[in-house]
Amino acid sequence: MEQLLAVLIDGIIYSSWLFIAAVGLTLIYGVMKIVNVTHGSFYALGAYAAASITGALLAKGMPPSLSYAVLLGSALLVSVIVAPLIERGILRFMYAKDEVVILLITYALFLILEDVIKMIWGVNPYFIAEPYGLLGSFDVLDLTYPYYNLILVGVAIACGAGLAWMLGSTRTGKLLVAVIHDTEVSRAMGINVDRMYLYTFTFGSLLAAIGGAFTAPTVSVVPALGVEVIVLSFAVVVIGGLGSLPGAALGAVMVGLVRSAAIHYLPQAELFVIYLVMAMVLAFRPRGLFSIAEARKI
Amino acid sequence: MSRDRTPRTLGLILLALLVFGQFLPQWTLFLVTVALAKGLVVLGLMIMLRCGLVSFGQALYYCIGAYAAGMLGRLFGASDVFTLMLAGMAAAGLVGFVLGFLLARYRSIFFGLLSLAVSMILYGLLVKTEALGSTDGFHVLPSTLFGLRPADAWVRYTVLAVALLVAFIAALLVHRYLGTPLGRLAPAIKDNEIRVEYMGASARHAIHVKYVIAAALAGLGGALAATTVGHIDPEMAYWTTSGEFIFITILAGTGNVIAPFLGALVFGVIQTVAFAISPNTWQMVLGGSLLVVIVFLPNGLWSLFRGRKVA
Amino acid sequence: MTAILDAQGLNKNFGAVTAASDINAAIERDSVVGLIGTNGAGKTTFINMITGYLKPDRGRIRYEGRDITELAPRDVTRLGICRSFQIPQLYASLTAFENMLVGIGVVLRNAGRGGFFSRGRALVPGHDLPAEDVAERILERFGLAEYRDKNAQVLPGGVRKLLDIALTMVAKPKILLLDEPTSGVSAEEKFVIMEMIMTAVRAEGATVLFVEHDMEVVSRFAERVLAFYDGRIIADAAPEIALADPEVKRYVVGGVLRA
Repeated sequence: MEQLLAVLIDGIIYSSWLFIAAVGLTLIYGVMKIVNVTHGSFYALGAYAAASITGALLAKGMPPSLSYAVLLGSALLVSVIVAPLIERGILRFMYAKDEVVILLITYALFLILEDVIKMIWGVNPYFIAEPYGLLGSFDVLDLTYPYYNLILVGVAIACGAGLAWMLGSTRTGKLLVAVIHDTEVSRAMGINVDRMYLYTFTFGSLLAAIGGAFTAPTVSVVPALGVEVIVLSFAVVVIGGLGSLPGAALGAVMVGLVRSAAIHYLPQAELFVIYLVMAMVLAFRPRGLFSIAEARKI
Repeated sequence: MSRDRTPRTLGLILLALLVFGQFLPQWTLFLVTVALAKGLVVLGLMIMLRCGLVSFGQALYYCIGAYAAGMLGRLFGASDVFTLMLAGMAAAGLVGFVLGFLLARYRSIFFGLLSLAVSMILYGLLVKTEALGSTDGFHVLPSTLFGLRPADAWVRYTVLAVALLVAFIAALLVHRYLGTPLGRLAPAIKDNEIRVEYMGASARHAIHVKYVIAAALAGLGGALAATTVGHIDPEMAYWTTSGEFIFITILAGTGNVIAPFLGALVFGVIQTVAFAISPNTWQMVLGGSLLVVIVFLPNGLWSLFRGRKVA
Repeated sequence: MTAILDAQGLNKNFGAVTAASDINAAIERDSVVGLIGTNGAGKTTFINMITGYLKPDRGRIRYEGRDITELAPRDVTRLGICRSFQIPQLYASLTAFENMLVGIGVVLRNAGRGGFFSRGRALVPGHDLPAEDVAERILERFGLAEYRDKNAQVLPGGVRKLLDIALTMVAKPKILLLDEPTSGVSAEEKFVIMEMIMTAVRAEGATVLFVEHDMEVVSRFAERVLAFYDGRIIADAAPEIALADPEVKRYVVGGVLRA
């Protein structure tokens, strides 16, 4: 019984992290129809920015309770600077190319950013443990969990709800939904698709950066932090359906619970079981469990 | 019709390297052999790319080939280069045959992502398998050839010679294949699959065949790499390894069977030089090169030799 | 007089839309049949069902006595039924010549020739010439020789149409289904092109079904007309009779036919 509870709680925590990490990827695909490998770079950028800025401010005497806001602020700062540079500076000229080619372009950018990160922050690990330990921990039966994990869950819910609200209720959100359904028609109706692309790319990257920023207190921030996140995010997003927000949530929950179950019951399977689910979903429902219906072109 | 000069060119390169290889320093022999190994993988990817399919997980077969070679060494003490390479090719080809039934039904991004998923499954399995050394992997026995053990100074050259021969044969066979009706179907499948069906051919079947060939070639390359490097680990199945192969494929272009090997060699040189100059910026150099090639040389390096696609 | 192609009781619905309702048609060998009807009447659906692209909800299709209803397009093609398309389906990045070679290659392969283990230049079955010669010949017959080395995507509309049809001739089909062979072609050129097509096609002894909107072309080239409306065949007769039929006039031709 307690084992099951542990699986559930661990699963939800991991799912939250996965959701935050992956939702930006699905948003960018939905609107821009590109599979964005730099997603991992923004995750890493968020982590590094958060770790270095928070660490510096804490050393200067900032009260630790403010560190959460700083985490968020760092993520915001780094994505608002870098994302538009990439989108306006490079990607903008590539949209006419084949989707696989664009993927490769984002892969090239990812490689470049990996080293840019090393150049800016060096190769030594960063640690900021304060935000993680600050809130203490709580007990569920015999299991102990830091409160910080609840923050992670909270951020995930906030991101999901916030996105859903934005897409459904704000003007920009509705315009985005139009672009998601049909770019050409949207353009023909006067929607400034270029600007929508810029917003989407920036916002999606921001979400990745937030994921990285809030993970920073729980790990040592090292180069290649983003490498594993990319392929995990792919898995989550593919399972739920590329471009679908509820799909990303479902995918995150599925992957989180499956992985959690594996860790507790069959540790050898921990790594591959995620990709097994991804492969099975691709094999039986390639467009994911919640896919945007595509009108047949013929 | 232009005369087919490829077989002759291949033969000349083979001879030249066999002759001059005896005088090259050890590190160069290593570089060229590794380039041949990766070139074999990329040769397979090139066949797929001509159909318009990019595998994001070709490292799967590379890794299978390597581990097959390694396992033969571990279990039976086998170290003959030819045997190991053939074993790698067979193992990978078999898996490719089975998986091909599923994968040949997919196109574009979905094909790419599914092949990625499968390669990551292998990675996940290997990392958690203690018996195979988990993340550390294990060492491969020093190479022998037909029961003879070359003197230490000649080991690298021997492996290179075998690799050259194998690559030469592989390239010739693939070149011939690309001229057959099934081989010529590739650009047609890429352009208009409906038309292919209506001509009386099965696109899925053609893709399956090409997929198996690509898998076998990757297994061949993996076994060769294992022998040359002397060590295998799960990283060989990781997505970044697949990324490297795709990089070389784009760099090389699809114009000719020589291109993959040329691309692999250029890649090896760039990687070595960039790393030597500054270990923390070599990825940037790679990424920058990839961007440059995609934007300015979309048909790869080979298009510098010939304007249009050959064969 | 057995029919070479026999459709019996074909029905096909897409949700609320009836694309085919109890279609019966027996096509005689060597005949030339025109299929007329407004857009959405069911002509292309009929062709799609014959070629296996769509499966009818009910009904059977027989070719030379053999049931081909469940076959896939590639199998139907291999049996000798080829079709051209309303929007030409070409290989955009290949030249006209290369387009032909791909098609010829498939024919060779289906006959077990010209593969990896073959020696010398294989002869294309039915033409008894090497692949390149067959390609040149067919291109010439359709007046496409000058476009031999041009990429398919830069060819003008009428030329693309002709290439699309030329591709169907590679396999020496016994039945040829032409979907709007003269659409997208200027009024003056229509007859010239149709003449060229029919000469080339009939020389091979094929049975032809063609979809056409221009009634003059229909009267001139068809021996028999099948008029479609709302998924049904409303007339099946020689052109003079079918085109004078009041129902056909009302639903298809739309008024007075220019004499």
